Amino acid sequence: MKRQLSVVTALVAGAALLLSACGSDSKTTSSDSSGPAATGSSAAGTESSAAGSDAGSSSAAPAEATGGVILANGTEPQNPLIPSNTNEVGGGRIIDNIFAKLVYYDAKGETHMEAAESIETTDSKTFTVKLKAGQKFTDGEPVTSASFIDAWNFGADVTNAQLSSYFFDPIEGFADVNYCEKDAGPPDKKGKATCLPAPKAKTMSGLKKVDDTTFTITLTEAQSDFPLRLGYSAFAPLPTSAFKDIKAFGENPVGNGPYMLSGPGSWEHNVKIDLVPNPDYTGDRKPQNGGLTFTFYQAYEAAYSDLQSNLLDVIDGIPPGSLTSYETDLPGRSVNQPAAVFQSFTVPARDPHFSGEEGNLRRQAISMAINRDEITKIIFSGTRTPASDFTSPVIAGWSDSLKGADVLKFNADGAKKAWAAANAISPWDGKFTIAYNSDGGHKEWVDAVSNSIKNTLGIDAEGKPYASFAELRTQVTDRSIEGGFRTGWQADYPSVSNFLGPIYKTGAGSNDGDYSNPEFDKLLGEGSAAKTVEEGNKFYEQAQEILLKELPAIPLWYSNVTGGFSTNVSNVQFGWDSQPIYYAIQKKA
Amino acid sequence: MLWYTGRRLLQFIPVFLGATLLIYAMVFALPGDPVAALFGDKPVNPQVAAQIRAQYHLDVGFFQQYLYYLKGVVTFDFGKSFSGRPVLEVMQSAFPTTIKLAFMALAVEGILGIGLGLLAGLRRGGFFDGTVLIFSLLIIAIPVFVLGFVLQFVFGVKLGWVNPTVGGNATFANLLLPAFVLGGVSLAYVLRLTRTSVAENLTADFVRTATAKGLSRRRVVTVHVLRNSMIPVVTFLGADLGALMGGAIVTEGIFNIPGVGNALYRAVRAGEAPTVVSIVTVLILVFIVASLLVDLLYAILDPRIRYV
Repeated sequence: MKRQLSVVTALVAGAALLLSACGSDSKTTSSDSSGPAATGSSAAGTESSAAGSDAGSSSAAPAEATGGVILANGTEPQNPLIPSNTNEVGGGRIIDNIFAKLVYYDAKGETHMEAAESIETTDSKTFTVKLKAGQKFTDGEPVTSASFIDAWNFGADVTNAQLSSYFFDPIEGFADVNYCEKDAGPPDKKGKATCLPAPKAKTMSGLKKVDDTTFTITLTEAQSDFPLRLGYSAFAPLPTSAFKDIKAFGENPVGNGPYMLSGPGSWEHNVKIDLVPNPDYTGDRKPQNGGLTFTFYQAYEAAYSDLQSNLLDVIDGIPPGSLTSYETDLPGRSVNQPAAVFQSFTVPARDPHFSGEEGNLRRQAISMAINRDEITKIIFSGTRTPASDFTSPVIAGWSDSLKGADVLKFNADGAKKAWAAANAISPWDGKFTIAYNSDGGHKEWVDAVSNSIKNTLGIDAEGKPYASFAELRTQVTDRSIEGGFRTGWQADYPSVSNFLGPIYKTGAGSNDGDYSNPEFDKLLGEGSAAKTVEEGNKFYEQAQEILLKELPAIPLWYSNVTGGFSTNVSNVQFGWDSQPIYYAIQKKA
Repeated sequence: MLWYTGRRLLQFIPVFLGATLLIYAMVFALPGDPVAALFGDKPVNPQVAAQIRAQYHLDVGFFQQYLYYLKGVVTFDFGKSFSGRPVLEVMQSAFPTTIKLAFMALAVEGILGIGLGLLAGLRRGGFFDGTVLIFSLLIIAIPVFVLGFVLQFVFGVKLGWVNPTVGGNATFANLLLPAFVLGGVSLAYVLRLTRTSVAENLTADFVRTATAKGLSRRRVVTVHVLRNSMIPVVTFLGADLGALMGGAIVTEGIFNIPGVGNALYRAVRAGEAPTVVSIVTVLILVFIVASLLVDLLYAILDPRIRYV
């Protein structure tokens, strides 16, 4: 028996040694959550004390009274929680709940004033913003004109390398704060930067403070729908404490929105983030629940399992494997509605056979050769809506009756005719490909679309997989990609121009196909300069009719938002941006 | 033995250098510009992209990047992920959970595998032996993610005995099901290894001698048979520990466990060289330490083995 004991002891000792060995290597500490808290410095400190005292004094009680905490799915934010550096959903939904921008969007995508009392303009070029009085951040600092001006200047300053900086592009003086010594093209093959950031100015000349609650925004050119974009996360205000230590702020942000972080360390990396109602919030998005907990999931499958067990209250996506069964799994608790996401693929005019009249005919032929109805039904179980224009049904200004929209309908004869007409100009040779990233679940539809084209036009067509999103985007960005490639656009703010300008305007940032048409640009300009959004949309319709002729991108479908909720909650609505309206969700007693 | 251990520990240095260089080269060779991917479908602001590249030393050559990394490691600065989080912190939050999970899985394989294997080996050819063998074949044949999803659905969603996912609550009870899934396949191997080994040793000379000496059956089995049968099993378990820690990606995904597999997967997808290299290096160290421990255990299990 003694011998046996020594074996066991050795095993245990070995295990302990091993544990301590990896421990010392990774500097393992006892608790997972100690990480974020430990990094908190001055800004985090002030926030915690302020939040603590606030919650303690007046407000914890009424917040409790509004009901239980809503458990929602989320993903670990890709970036620190700094509004101008957050460009993906995981961080975006948190930013949107803890910051009040000048305006907010309701479920239908309509814009309402939030931090702003009014935004006025006479020429669509200079806007005067008046803030509501008496607003404050959760650290007690009042929200003033400077809170917005300083935050926006910070976001635009190239030395801060904020991912959403291009949002400030329309503002006068942006070029000076986003300036590079040398022209910054795409990096060369070794990844060497071709630019040294060296801003000529630290602030944008287009932002001027009038008084504590008034400021003006001047744009480089007229833009009637500019106020619509002010509800995007990049336009959030920041308290002065943010600039003292932006890194600590990103871990533990201080906002002015309907919710606030429950305290330092409430963001448990890769695990969850806890938000509680902000007692000082006076806007319209008043929380009707006791708080939000976003649990971070690596995959929708796991979140869906939790939802079925009522351990999660609301989910903003159904895993592909459950798309055929979720409506019966969640009787009366499932959601499937169009969202502001436009899917397409692009065939650049630089490709042989795809320029000029020949190119237009070929794109029309390809577009007519795709059976969108069938593919959305079979591949996506009806969770996509076939496209009828270049925007999305949730946007005011969407249309299914534009002149020339016929090219988006399956029409085998028309497709063959157009293709033959193009062949008369210059005979087709080679293979037609659609590039996609195979890490994103695109193979099925790309194969279906290729087959549809192949069978209708009798040409060789197939998908061309890239291992990763990064690889695809790199080739798209440096223009080395050949053939067609998948493109998509999720609107940043509910406006038709957001679906057109950034993608098809000559030289625009996301114009991956290098499309250029002076007439289209002119119509965009006229739409922007119009006095009202409705008037502008008339110009945008004409602009879209040009796109339908030339098809710089071939529209496929609009993504729907799919989702569901548990039996513990009510009043679940999904907004135009595919996100649940979290503040309105109520927990059943 | 002490001298031997020291020598083995010294080997860590070249292995560390070689491994990090190799992995760094592999991540470097990944296609695509990680900074371009940061912008998603949104327009890439070339000025900002250049600034980010400079920040992460992505604008210099491979060896310079690697030297920057090494320079950091010497001062326990393992670099930063693109989210600005120090890699050290990423590892600090990921490793404890995975270590817990891996050791629980190891315990599952060890206890169930050795126990069932011993019984099967003692009753070779019997009904119990046959049943256990079929059971182990079945487990080996089922892919981990199928086993994971099915058990999660049955015990988590339908029966409600356990939470379907673990999340931040990595308690013993919550990790039991994932540990079983993770250790399942290896359990079958441990079981079969033990069974064969035990069955073989039962007919060995020293067992006959021990029985002839008049030792009780219990003592013969535990001290003479089992102990001598443990060498291949311990070798397997030692190597498996590293595999359990690095190979938990599927299990961690199914049960939403914020561990190493998850962190590694995200880092590879984002092309974050420092994170990938640091995590993999730690995993390599785990492998080395485990194999050292296995070697030392040999000497305890079989006194004929000596290290000098």
